[in-house]
Amino acid sequence: MTDDRTVEELLRTLAPQLLGLLVRRHGQFDRCEDAVQEALLAAATQWPGQGVPDNPRAWLLTVATRRLTDEWRSESARRDRELAVALREPAYAGVAPPADAEPAVPDADDTLTLLFLCCHPALTGSAQVALTLRAVGGLSTAQIARAHLLPEATMSQRIRRAKQRIEAAGARFAMPGPAEREERLRTVLRVLYLIFNEGYTASSGPDLHRAELTGEAIRLGRILHRLLPDDGEVSGLLALMLLTDAHRAARVGPDGELVPLAEQDRARWDAVAIAEGIALVTEALTWSPPGPYQLQAAIAAVHAEASTAAETDWRQILALYRLLARIAPNPMVTLNQAVAVAMVDGPQAGLALLTPLDADERTAGHHRLAAVRAHLLELAGDTAAAREAYLAAARGTTSLPEQRYLELRAARLAEQQ
Amino acid sequence: MKYMLLIWNRPGFTEELTEQDRTALFGEVDEIMRELTETGELVGGQALANPAQTLTVRLVDGSAEVVDGPFMESKEQFAGYLTVDCDSPQRAAEIAARWPDVRFGGALEVRPIMDESAAEEM
Repeated sequence: MTDDRTVEELLRTLAPQLLGLLVRRHGQFDRCEDAVQEALLAAATQWPGQGVPDNPRAWLLTVATRRLTDEWRSESARRDRELAVALREPAYAGVAPPADAEPAVPDADDTLTLLFLCCHPALTGSAQVALTLRAVGGLSTAQIARAHLLPEATMSQRIRRAKQRIEAAGARFAMPGPAEREERLRTVLRVLYLIFNEGYTASSGPDLHRAELTGEAIRLGRILHRLLPDDGEVSGLLALMLLTDAHRAARVGPDGELVPLAEQDRARWDAVAIAEGIALVTEALTWSPPGPYQLQAAIAAVHAEASTAAETDWRQILALYRLLARIAPNPMVTLNQAVAVAMVDGPQAGLALLTPLDADERTAGHHRLAAVRAHLLELAGDTAAAREAYLAAARGTTSLPEQRYLELRAARLAEQQ
Repeated sequence: MKYMLLIWNRPGFTEELTEQDRTALFGEVDEIMRELTETGELVGGQALANPAQTLTVRLVDGSAEVVDGPFMESKEQFAGYLTVDCDSPQRAAEIAARWPDVRFGGALEVRPIMDESAAEEM
């Protein structure tokens, strides 16, 4: 008997390699992706009982290739001439490929190409997320659906459509050219961070599957970092995710309530993840031009280095936010910067920074603006206005844990009045 | 982001429609459902029985009491819902705008569904 978890980890690692290999040989990303899923399912069913075969990848490749061949055979009537030629080749006959059929190109390149393909600009954000989780992460449709609290049929259709769109867009299984590559890599990073944030829940009940998304985003972030060790933003994103996830145990109180950063029990932070995150971002910043993920990770690192909230080096955090605001101006950055300004120069200075955001359509009426204002008004001692702002933020959020937290802050202030 | 589209209409309004209008209405609903299934945006939905079959439970003299009839006495009643998962509130509103009940004097409410994920609080 082999441990289920070991099998799953092995399968998830092999999934993108196998898919890359198949697409390289046969084209038809859509069908190859289905065939890989079926091979993974067969392995997940058989290996725990029968043991892992000596050459797991060859086993999977044989099963996946057989699926493809069976499908092509059953479609013989509609089969086009190219396919007929392909089927006459011995390698497609559904037997185990010889050992020299191993890929001529390194798997690493295939995984990266796959990530880029799954984050194709023809896809919506949610489709990029779903396809990345399945084709690169090796998760089943059922697992992805559960994590998103969606019916499996919905997720299945979303993935099918994403694959059709990629095909319709004429995308090839190849690395994008240099001009497009940089842009696409930014999309990949955004998709991974989106997956991470989707899983960043405050609940341990029905959303347990959801929380696994943070772990998956970090796993994919590690793979990407291994493939692109010379990209500072890739290091920055991985560091940011590790440093944020390090708070997991401390950010939720005994009754499931959110605990803000300043009140967290820092002894419960994950010291190993913090050390890794700090090392990653510190190293990257020595040679890479600072990008938004690196700077956000650097800010998280400064928080992590303070043994108590009172010891936080807010001056350094403020300097990092100023740099971030310069290279990636964004009202959400200004919001966070206002908190740092308040900690360095007093709450009134922070509040002044918020005023222009009321006129910015991206933030006007946004609950985060109200929440930050509430926090700063509370620091300034304006209890009544702070309470109003907390309540406005609570009405504006669509996050249950946030709503509960904001209402609690408002209630505490009401008791003080 | 998930949204619930709440369908409000005048109970029994379909009884007054011509056969042609009625067929068109159900056809449009089928068409929207097919499209949403195809795009992978449809999460679920249910139609509710006529409000005449409703029981309402409310507090009367300190205890829960069950009475016949809907909670709100209004011309329009809650008739059913549709849950979609889409990338923007604009897209959810666009789906709602196509729902045929709107054309016959009904209304659709587009309401975001609360989520469990949460950013870290400062």
